[in-house]
Parts: sequence; C-alpha cells; structure tokens
Amino acid sequence: MTYAFDFSGFGLYAGMLVRGAAVTLGLTALSTVLGGLVGIGGASIAVAGPKWARWVVASYVELIRNTPFIVQLFFVFFGLPSLGIHIDEIQAAILAMTVNLGAYAIEIVRAGIDSISRGQVQAAQALGLHGRQVFRYVVLPQAIANVFPALLSQVLIVMLGSAVVSQISVPDLTYAANFIQSRNFRSFESYLIITATYLLMSIVLRQILNRFGRGLFAGRVARGNGSAPRNWRRRLVWRGARTVPTERSS
Amino acid sequence: MIEFTLWDIGRNLLLAARWTVLLSLIAFVGGGVVGLLLLAMRVSPIAWLRRIVVLYVEVFQGTPLLMQLFLAFFGLPLLGVDVSPWVAATVTLTLYTSAYLVDIWRGCVEAVPRGQWAAGASLGMTFGQQLRYIVWPQALKIAVAPTVGFLVQVVKSTALASIIGFTELTKTGTMITNAAFRPFPIYGMVAMIYFAMCFPLTWYARVLEKRQKVGQHR
Repeated sequence: MTYAFDFSGFGLYAGMLVRGAAVTLGLTALSTVLGGLVGIGGASIAVAGPKWARWVVASYVELIRNTPFIVQLFFVFFGLPSLGIHIDEIQAAILAMTVNLGAYAIEIVRAGIDSISRGQVQAAQALGLHGRQVFRYVVLPQAIANVFPALLSQVLIVMLGSAVVSQISVPDLTYAANFIQSRNFRSFESYLIITATYLLMSIVLRQILNRFGRGLFAGRVARGNGSAPRNWRRRLVWRGARTVPTERSS
Repeated sequence: MIEFTLWDIGRNLLLAARWTVLLSLIAFVGGGVVGLLLLAMRVSPIAWLRRIVVLYVEVFQGTPLLMQLFLAFFGLPLLGVDVSPWVAATVTLTLYTSAYLVDIWRGCVEAVPRGQWAAGASLGMTFGQQLRYIVWPQALKIAVAPTVGFLVQVVKSTALASIIGFTELTKTGTMITNAAFRPFPIYGMVAMIYFAMCFPLTWYARVLEKRQKVGQHR
C-alpha cells in the first residue's frame, strides 16, 4: 500500500500557521520573562529567606515538578473559575506556563547560586558592598551566567510543552494544525508541516538565545585566569554600582 | 442525575492511575531497550551511525510530544497498521523516551575514561565486548540516578496520551469533570495522584545522587 502525499492547498493556511507560530512564541516569551522573575525571586528566598518561606518555595517547586503540565493547565483553566477567579484561555495559558517555568527556574538559578565560590562573596564584602548588593551585583549575575544553558533548555521545553494549550482553545501553532486538518482532511501532512515548524523554531531559538547569552555575559564571568574583563569599569557603571573604584595611576 | 461523592471520584481516579503506571512502565522498558540499541550506535566508531542517532535525538527532543503522538496516530495507518490510541501512545512514548535515555546514557558512557576502551582493545576485545564488559558496567553506576530522575518525566509525559483518547488518569479526570462539574477537587486529586507517583522517584533519584557524590569523594 502506498500513500500519496498531498501538500497542495496548504498555501491557503499560511497566514494561520504564521499567526499560530506568533502566539506560541509570544506565550513563550512572556512566560520566560515572568517565569525568570519567579525563578530569581524564588531562588533568593530559597538561599536566604526565613525558614517558613523556604518551605513554601520548596513545596511549590516539588508540587510543580512532580505533576504534568497539562494537569496544571486544566487545574488553572477549569479549576480556578470555581473559586471565583475568572480568566480567559490566554491568561490561563500564560499563568500555567509561568508557574511551570518558574518552578524549574528556581531550581536552576539556585544551583547557579550554589556554584558561586565563597571567595566571590568575601571579595565583594571587602569592597564594602553590603548583603543585598553582594547578591545583586556579584552573586546573581555570575549564577545566571553559569546556568544560562540550563535555563535556555528549560525555555525550549516550555515552548514545546505549550503545544497542549491548544486543548483549552488557545490559537497557537498546534491549534492551527488541528484546524487545518479538520478543513482539508490531510491530517498527516498538516501535523508533519507543523511539527517541522516546531523543530525549526526550537533550533533557531536555541541559536539566537545562545548568541544572546554569549553577548550578555561576555566578560562578566570569571574565566579563571585572574584577569579582569577589559571593560570592567564601564560595566560597573552601567550596572548601577554606586561607587566605582578609581583607576590607579600607573 | 447521579451524585458523585469525593470517594467515588477518588476511587475511579485511582483505578485509572493503573493505566498511567502501565503506560509509563511500557514506555520506560521499551524506551530502555531502544535506547540501548541507539546508545551502541551513538558511541560506535562508525560516523554515519552516530549521525543518525544525533538526528534522531534532535528531532524527538526538538518537537512537541503532542505532535509526535498526532503523527503516530494519523501516520501509522498510512503504513497499513491498525492504530488504536494504545498502539499510538506506546509506540510514541517508547521512541520519545529512548531519545532522552540515549542522551543521558551517552553522557555516562563518555564519563568512563577513554583508557578503559583502549585497555579492552588491547585485550583483543571487539567493540561490542568492550561496551558490554568494560564500559557499560562502569557507566551503569553513574547512570542510575539520572535515569530514575528521568522516570518522573516519563510518568508526566503519559498524561499527553489522554489527548489522543487514551483513557488514563488525566483523561479520566476530564471525563469525571464533564459528568460531575467539579473541576477544582477533581483536577486537584489528579495532580495529587501524579505527585504521589512522581515524588518518591524524585526523592530516590536525589538520594542516589547524594550517595554517588559521597562515593566520589572517597
């Protein structure tokens, strides 16, 4: 038995595919930013917060990491309205994705913080930075730079996982696939095209974010050779350190 | 209209959880077997064999599992295979699991010093024998903790099989919700049952990891 592939007539749905991809990327971008903030906030509590707050963060992380995303999504979309919280499907998708990514981000950022040696903290204290400044200007940037690849993978996992938001009728890329195949009855071809689109998106996104990460953290991470990054003074000014060490005249 | 007590809901969900467990086990065992074959290819000296596996991993890790399920569900009939949600779900989850396991295990194999391979070769062992008798037993020790940790992801990914009509825990939750109109407690319970299955695995993986670290320091 041979099957004749038929990709004719898919041009009609090109606009829908592009819109779907835009929705998927938009949801991913938004939940990355929000989830990243949750990750940083949660990780700071996990390493330096009061005991009860640590316990809350730990429970949140474990609860999310040990349940499927689709159940979290359904819980948010179908469950919250019965508590009187009414949100539409897009908000539900963003909330669920943020909550999901946030939990993983906390774990990742915390691992990054643990990887920073005590010497860094002591050096910062010797420069007269107080507790919060040490964390904000010394520990956190290096921690995030160290775990950037892991964060990036998690963002891509969330993007691919977001395919299930089509189940609560968010018009994302998967929704486009379902719609197209219900119109032209070429199920396999529809899903093949959309799967290829996802693959392309994840490959391109990984490349872009990798480059972005390299640019963002260039010269900011101790490379172990003891030399300061070339533009270290400018960077300190730009990052809002109040006192910039003056250059010694040589 | 039939009234559902919480006990009714919970009991039915627990009964449905059996299928989640079964599907996870099939996916893990099947994925393990396929993953081992792929691993042998991935670390083999033949370049094109390695490249095939790299491509395989890229495709399965770079596309949504949901799409893979749909492709199997609509694509296997084109090959003349009669497809039930069972077949589509087990085949897809097996392949999906194998793509991750081969990646995890490759890291473990590469953690074994190259000298071990060379030592095996100097004893006149073939590639297969080196892998089987020298490298694999050592890699296995490192592999246990991340593999147990990955099991959590397998259990969670079976939830997607509900979308192609496989009646497991999530699908049952949806079905009961449609009949009883109490999404909050029902999905809450579904989540709790998943948690009860996954958390022990997470915890055990952590214990193994810690034990391994202690072993390394010695």
